[in-house]
Order: sequence, then structure tokens, then C-alpha cells
Amino acid sequence: MALTLDGVSKSVNGQVHVHPIDLTLEAGTMNVLLGPTLSGKTSLMRLMAGLDAPTKGRILWNGEDVTGQRVQDRGVAMVYQQFINYPSMTVYDNVASPMRLLGKSKGEIDAAVRRAADLMRLTPFLDRKPLELSGGQQQRCALARALVKDAGLVLLDEPLANLDYKLREELRAEIPNIFREAGSVFVYATTEPEEALLLGGNVATLWEGRVTQFGRTPDVYRQPVDATTARVFSDPPMNFVDVTVRGGTARFGDVEAPATAATAGLADGTYLAGFRPNHLTLEAAGPDALTFTGTLAVTEITGSETFVHVDYGDRRWVGLIHGVRNLPLGRPIPVHLDPAHAYVFAEGGALVAAAPYAAAA
Amino acid sequence: MTDATAAPGAATIPGDLTASRPRAATRRRFRPNGSAVVIALYLLFLMLPLYWLLNMSLKTNAEILGSFTLFPRNLTFENYATILTDPSWYSGYVNSLIYVTLNVAITLTVALPAAYAFSRYSFMGDKHLFFWLLTNRMAPPAVFALPFFQLYSSVNLFDTHIAVALAHCLFNVPLAVWILEGFMRGVPKEIDETAYIDGYSFPRFFVKIFMPLIASGIGVAAFFAFMFSWVELLLSRTLTAVDAKPIAATMTRTVGASGVDWGVLAAAGVLTIVPGALVIWFVRNYIAKGFALGRV
Repeated sequence: MALTLDGVSKSVNGQVHVHPIDLTLEAGTMNVLLGPTLSGKTSLMRLMAGLDAPTKGRILWNGEDVTGQRVQDRGVAMVYQQFINYPSMTVYDNVASPMRLLGKSKGEIDAAVRRAADLMRLTPFLDRKPLELSGGQQQRCALARALVKDAGLVLLDEPLANLDYKLREELRAEIPNIFREAGSVFVYATTEPEEALLLGGNVATLWEGRVTQFGRTPDVYRQPVDATTARVFSDPPMNFVDVTVRGGTARFGDVEAPATAATAGLADGTYLAGFRPNHLTLEAAGPDALTFTGTLAVTEITGSETFVHVDYGDRRWVGLIHGVRNLPLGRPIPVHLDPAHAYVFAEGGALVAAAPYAAAA
Repeated sequence: MTDATAAPGAATIPGDLTASRPRAATRRRFRPNGSAVVIALYLLFLMLPLYWLLNMSLKTNAEILGSFTLFPRNLTFENYATILTDPSWYSGYVNSLIYVTLNVAITLTVALPAAYAFSRYSFMGDKHLFFWLLTNRMAPPAVFALPFFQLYSSVNLFDTHIAVALAHCLFNVPLAVWILEGFMRGVPKEIDETAYIDGYSFPRFFVKIFMPLIASGIGVAAFFAFMFSWVELLLSRTLTAVDAKPIAATMTRTVGASGVDWGVLAAAGVLTIVPGALVIWFVRNYIAKGFALGRV
């Protein structure tokens, strides 16, 4: 089983929501659509589900063209970010409804509903109406309904975004296990890079209606094909600095250094170097570390870690520093970067050289 | 000074208060309670016409015309018996109930899909069309009496129940669409989509999932349609003669050779109020929401 998007695009009133996309999602895989809001995740999912028809292109299911097929005949299951259940039915009837429509026998339905309710820990609430449940239970009810349908394609559109932190962590760990057995194609949309990494599988990064990269999640994280992907797949976003390479030396902003690591062997010219927040340090990490002097703009303390926002030239960098630091705002502050942690992108954004640490991993 | 002695516990305070104690007690007995007075007046003004109607319906004509009595001296159910046994009277109720029921059924059947379309799809001129629907209610029914009379006569619908039911649809359908659209808008579109994904066909989804969600809206729309159709007199009288004559028309035409039969007319009035009162009793919890047209 596989879902194939063949040059699928969508525009509404002349506005392009989804640029042409070619994508093949294999059965039994978790595929994460990662992108900020308005990047086209939901639009793409609606196309996959058949709720919207693509403006151009074809959607294939097991090689069969299903582009114009009714959504009822597609055999998909979908869970929304909002908790969507049928308020007039009990939880039991909610979960049972897709199976009843498939004409399954009573015993079969009952067994499947009880198994799903057990997995989602809804058994005590089967006789209640969804609106009498807490938010997390309502979403678990929606997930249970998607689970019992045993659909070939399961679409989860930010299913955990409206849940509280604890519940989100719990369900995030459960969802891949629960659905893995079914062997369907899973599509999971999220705005959080961390969530994509935790779910594993494959990731498609989206930016303004385009899929910038599709591949195994760790590969995309380590070897982003361009600056946009790197920016999407990093939270806080990746930091950038201009690099000029000339005759064996690389000039990072105002700091000149021998062209080593990712800049080694590059043709002369100007590039963009990118590095993740956890690689910006307040103490020099090694003998090769470059030292920049920026202005401390903001510090955010999150329990055991500190985010320092540093203005360097006209760029704003964010560094993730371990420990709680009380630093004077508005003062010059030296920050350090090991060139081994820098990705180099061409001026157009395409990756020229991955950071050596990532290439080695 | 009197205020101080009338304060709670004043009677137990030792001291020379004996002289003022009886005076305080007298004053307390006649102190009017503001809200009780308002409520009493409200109920009086509200109930007086209804009471008088009931009062008249239980009197004989001689008593009604002969003397001023606050309650029936010679209690009689003769007037009610007349109405419930005379076909020319009770057929009025039957006719009214038939066309009102027909009207409510047609109104809901037509308004439900229309309201769904307005709440779910955007099409060219949808907002103008939606507003234009309401403008139908801006004209008084009298405006349409003449064209309806001529139209229904020419297509042989004159003096039928369906004629009145259809005529009332002109006023009830726009209002029902307006009310139902508000309720439907409150249902997230994702519920529709989830149902389609689960495999519900549109008709099945609409009846099994969507209608229970807007049940109170349907109730309110039905109530307004019922009320308008039940009390509307001009069109129903213009479009009927004998076979479909409504009760309100019967009541306005009961001046016999012996003059007006006051008692029977009053009894008919009481019986006319009953169905409306029953409907209001059943939908009373939804009325406020209905006046907000679901837009709460």
C-alpha cells in the first residue's frame, strides 16, 4: 500500500496554497508533515483525504487514480486539531460508527470498540457523551474512532496541539505504537521540530506551500538540503551569519579564520553559515572556536536552561545555554561558535556543505 | 427614631421603649414590599384579559349582558358544549390545525436544506440572497392578499388547506432559514467532514448526526412557524370560504340573527389559546436561544 501524490497542487481564487508536490508515502510508515502555521500542512492533508480536489495533478492509492473519488469511498481516517466527535452519540457509538457504516457484525464491532477503548483508556466513559469528557478524553475518543476504522491512510492533523503538556507527552509516546500494528500509511502534521524527532519515521518539511525536503527524519535533521528546511527544522530557528571565503580564509561576519571544517575547499565567494541554538556558547568550546561580540537583547530562563538572544550586526541569534544565567541586558557579550557546527549554504539557500559533526554522525 | 426601635432585636434592648413598641408593630404590618407590588400589578395586567375571557366563557349570555360579575354566578359549560358538538365550530379548529401542521412541515423541509447551504457554502450573491429572504417579512400580509387570492383561484387551490399553508410559507420559510442558519453555523464544519470520512453519505449524516445537533434550533423554528400560522388571520380568511375555513375566521363571522353569542365566542377564544399555550410550554427552554437566533 502506498499513497502517491503526482504533481498535486492547489490554488484558491488565484492564490496558490500548495505548490506542485511529488511524494510517495509507504505503508507502515510514520510520515510527519513539519512546518509553521500557514505552510500548507492542513491543505495538503485535505488533498490526501479527498476533502478537497487538487487543482492540478493526480493522487494515487496503490497505483490507482483516486483523484476524483468521493471521500466516503477513500478508506481514510482523520483526526483534527479540534476535538471533533458526534456530540449527540455516546462514546461507544462514536467509536462504533465507522464500523457500523462498513456493515461489520455486532460482535466484531463490540470487540473492536472495547479494544480501542482499552488502548485509549476510555473504557469507563463508553456510556458518556463526548462533551461530558475532558479535552484529552475527547481527543482520545476521536483517535479511537480513527483506530477502529482500520483505514489504509490515517491522517492526524496536529492532534495533540490543544492538549496540555503532560497529556501531550503521554499520547505522543503512545500514538506511534498504537498505530504501528495496523500497517497503514500515517501522516502526522505538527509545527514542532521536537515532535517530529520524537515520532521518528519520515519527515516532509513544508514552507509556504512547498515541500522543501522529504526523507528519514534524522537525515533531514542532520543534512537539510537548504536554509529554509534548516530553519523549519530547528526550534528556536537556526542562526545565520554571512561568510566570505577568499583564498583559504573564511570570514564569518567580522571574524576571520582559516577555512576549515565545512568551509574547507570551497570556491571563493559569499555564503551563508547556519548553526543551531545549542551550538552557540558563552564559553569557548575548543581551540578553533570563533568569538563574536554581539549585544545581549533578551534572556529567557526556562527552568534549567537559558535562551540568550544576541544581536550580531543586523541578525538576531538565539543561543541555548545550560544553567540559569543572569546576564546584563544591552551590553556587549562575547559568544562562541565552533566552525565544526556550522552548515554552509549558498546565497540562494541550497546546502553547500553540511556541518562536519552532522555528516560524521 | 422609629427606624432605630424597629431594628432587629430592638424589643430585647432594655430601656424605656414601651411607648414606641405598638406604633412600630403597626407600621411594620403596612409596610409595602416594592417587588411584591410590582409583581402583583404585572400579573394583574397580564392575567386580567385572560381571566375575563375565561370568566365570560363560563357565563350565560344573560349574565354577560345583564350585570357586572367578577366570577360566574351561574356556572355553565354550555358554551363549550356548543363548540365541541357543532361541526361549523369545531371544523374551524380542525381546519386550522391541518394547515398549520402542513405549513410547519413544509417550512422545515424547505428551510433545513436552504439554511445548510447558507451556512456551509459560499456562492455568488449568497449574502444578498440571505438578506433578501428577510425582506419578505417586511411587507404586511395584507399586501399579498389580493395577488394570492387571484393566483390560487386561477390554479383551483382556493379554499384548500394547502393554499393557506403555502401562503404562510412566504413568511415562515425566511424566518426559519434565518433561525436555522444561526444554529447550523455554530456546528463546526469539521463534524461534517469527519462524518464523510467515516463513511456517512450526506442524507444519512444530515439526519443521524446533524439534525440532533441543531434539534433545539429546529424546535424554535417550528415554534415560530406554528405561532405565525396559528394567529395569522387575513390571508387564511381571504383564501378560504367553507372547506378550509380557520377558527379565527369562524369567530369573526358569528354574528347571528339573535346578535352576538358572547359566551360561545369567549369559549372559542379560550380554546384557541390552548394549542399555542401548549406549544409554548414545550419549547419554553429554547425560546430565549431562538430569539438570539442561535447567535449566542
